[in-house]
Amino acid sequence: MSELMTDRQIDRSKMQVSDEVAIEISNMNKWYGSFHVLRDINLTVNQGERIVIAGPSGSGKSTLIRCLNALEEHQQGRIEVDGTVLSNDLKNIDKIRSEVGMVFQHFNLFPHLSILENCTLAPIWVRKTPKKEAEERAMHFLEKVKIPEQADKYPGQLSGGQQQRVAIARSLCMMPRIMLFDEPTSALDPEMIKEVLDTMIELAEEGMTMLCVTHEMGFARQVANRVIFMDAGQIVEQNEPEEFFNNPKSERTKLFLSQILGH
Amino acid sequence: MSDIGFVRTEMLPEQDPPASEVGIIGWARHNLFSSWFNSILTIASFTAVYFVLAAIVPWILSPTWDGTSLSNCRETLAAAGHGDAHGACWGVIKERWVQLIFGFYPSHLYWRPVAAFVLLGAALAPVLFSDRVPSKMLIFSALYPFIFPWLLWGGTIWMPIAALAGFVIGGLVYKFAAEALSTLLGVILGVAAALVWWMLLAAPVSGALDSILPIGIEAVESRKFGGFMLSVTIGVVAIACSLPIGIVLALGRQSDLLIVKYICVGFIEFIRGVPLITLLFVASTLLNIFMPPGTNFDIILRVLIMVTLFASAYMAEVIRGGLAALPRGQYEGADSLGLNYWQAQRLIIMPQALKISIPGIVSTFIGVFKDTTLVSIIGLLDPLGLSNAIRADANWNGIVWELYGFIALLFFVFCFSMSRYSMYLERKLQTGHR
Ligand SMILES: Nc1ncnc2c1ncn2[C@@H]1O[C@H](COP(=O)(O)OP(=O)(O)O)[C@@H](O)[C@H]1O
Ligand SMILES: [Mg+2]
Repeated sequence: MSELMTDRQIDRSKMQVSDEVAIEISNMNKWYGSFHVLRDINLTVNQGERIVIAGPSGSGKSTLIRCLNALEEHQQGRIEVDGTVLSNDLKNIDKIRSEVGMVFQHFNLFPHLSILENCTLAPIWVRKTPKKEAEERAMHFLEKVKIPEQADKYPGQLSGGQQQRVAIARSLCMMPRIMLFDEPTSALDPEMIKEVLDTMIELAEEGMTMLCVTHEMGFARQVANRVIFMDAGQIVEQNEPEEFFNNPKSERTKLFLSQILGH
Repeated sequence: MSDIGFVRTEMLPEQDPPASEVGIIGWARHNLFSSWFNSILTIASFTAVYFVLAAIVPWILSPTWDGTSLSNCRETLAAAGHGDAHGACWGVIKERWVQLIFGFYPSHLYWRPVAAFVLLGAALAPVLFSDRVPSKMLIFSALYPFIFPWLLWGGTIWMPIAALAGFVIGGLVYKFAAEALSTLLGVILGVAAALVWWMLLAAPVSGALDSILPIGIEAVESRKFGGFMLSVTIGVVAIACSLPIGIVLALGRQSDLLIVKYICVGFIEFIRGVPLITLLFVASTLLNIFMPPGTNFDIILRVLIMVTLFASAYMAEVIRGGLAALPRGQYEGADSLGLNYWQAQRLIIMPQALKISIPGIVSTFIGVFKDTTLVSIIGLLDPLGLSNAIRADANWNGIVWELYGFIALLFFVFCFSMSRYSMYLERKLQTGHR
């Protein structure tokens, strides 16, 4: 909820939105039983976009991004991720999941495996990468998230912020073209939020396509190129961050912003 | 100036704890006499332990190892000055321990069960102590299920080889079918091919091979099996088979495929709702009614199947408990990385679910092992069955505690080792607080 979260200069040279479409959602609807949780979602995300999804709790933000890698099934409409249409075909689903990285609120690291094994598991079993190569790549990404020295420890021995950075590294080891974040900092103590956000900023600086559900409005202002506001299962408003924060159009957005920013 | 401000100028050095806190006195004060109530409990417990030991120890330390009959023991005891012949008669154990262990197995073939159980240790080592034993030994562990029955029952060597060939055939069929058709069809065809081989072809093929090249060891009939060897055989087979079957049942119970789910639920609930004794009676008598007349379905094999099914149902529930304890995030973490169902189960879910379930799994193991004594009721000569037979001998008529004590000791050694092993395993798998 902090306004300002980083003191470093953000390097925007590689943050370029290309014309290539990364995700296309059209007329998508989803129900939980008889509860209409996502209503007529239309969204096109281009390669290199950094999108922040905000909205009150229960508005369907998590459900939306979980539909993108088929952790949840949608009942109507079309989702195309990186050129592959999400259908019930398991092969398509596994393909999309290996192209799309996901970072969860509660990290979801595998506690019985060491940090290094957490990072090499999927490359070895899904991508069939040779073990040695997978380990080198894992160390590369662990260095990137600044915890190579923890490689042999287990997740239970790390702090929350470190665990979340491992989770990011674990996703990156699959060389995803798109990263999804579901409230990656919500379960963290305040002093650890910054280290995770810094990692995410670095990713953005390298041109990664990112969809983040987050309440970190400072991050949204500084990194996002588009902010989407959801309420009651619908996209209520979307805009560039400056416009979105300084000049919200919808009453719901105004109310939400006033609550979250405490004005 | 204020009294609140305070700055320490010198850090305090470390000091030894007071003498009353360390050493035997400190320990006793903390653990035995920490309050007057605890002191009373301590003294009462010591007294009770003393009386129990005072009654048992002289009974155990009785000089009757050479007794040849109960009356002979009594004379020895009276001569040694044990009042009213109070003392164990260990002669029966000395005379009959071989029988209590091997049953009526031919004595010139004792080396075979001994070899079977020594090799069992070698086969288990890489499984139980994976970090200390080279993993290449797992090849032997995989072959051992075929060596074990052959050593015990004997007969032609072609039989275990034919049984092994079933797996090879199934595997090959799976490999080609999975490549040509689909994984699911591959599994179905592979299992079908293996079953056809075992049911229809394995026996004639091994018979034919045996007539061409007769290699084998002397066959031993099932009715000669008995004693602790029988208990361990049933226990080991039931334990080894119930774990994988239990895992499959537990996964089946969670399956999205309704037919699979209800078959598993039905099986588990049925088996758990029926006493083991009933299943054993079914194995010993009722099954014959359903079999075509003249089929010779080995009684020990029947019992093995029943005990295994029984243990599997319990195992499935224990493992389901472990699965339920896993947070949903673990499934999602695995899914989001693109692992397929079986990879996720094998690499992420099962290792953790089994780890959580270790105490329950080992309890089930121990329970199954002790339940093997129930086979005495359907006439198999396990140690308890044998103890009745021994008492029927005129020399040992009236002997009770010595036999039961010895049998209890044998079981205790095995069950206690399992329990200790499970604690070792839990410690080993500990990977920090979660
Ligand atoms: N598995 C589920 N079954 C039924 N309802 C669910 C399930 N998951 C979420 N919901 C409901 O769907 C709505 C949207 O949830 P979610 O996407 O998690 O919201 P957000 O992430 O925006 O807080 C909520 O009302 C929630 O109660
Ligand atoms: Mg959410």
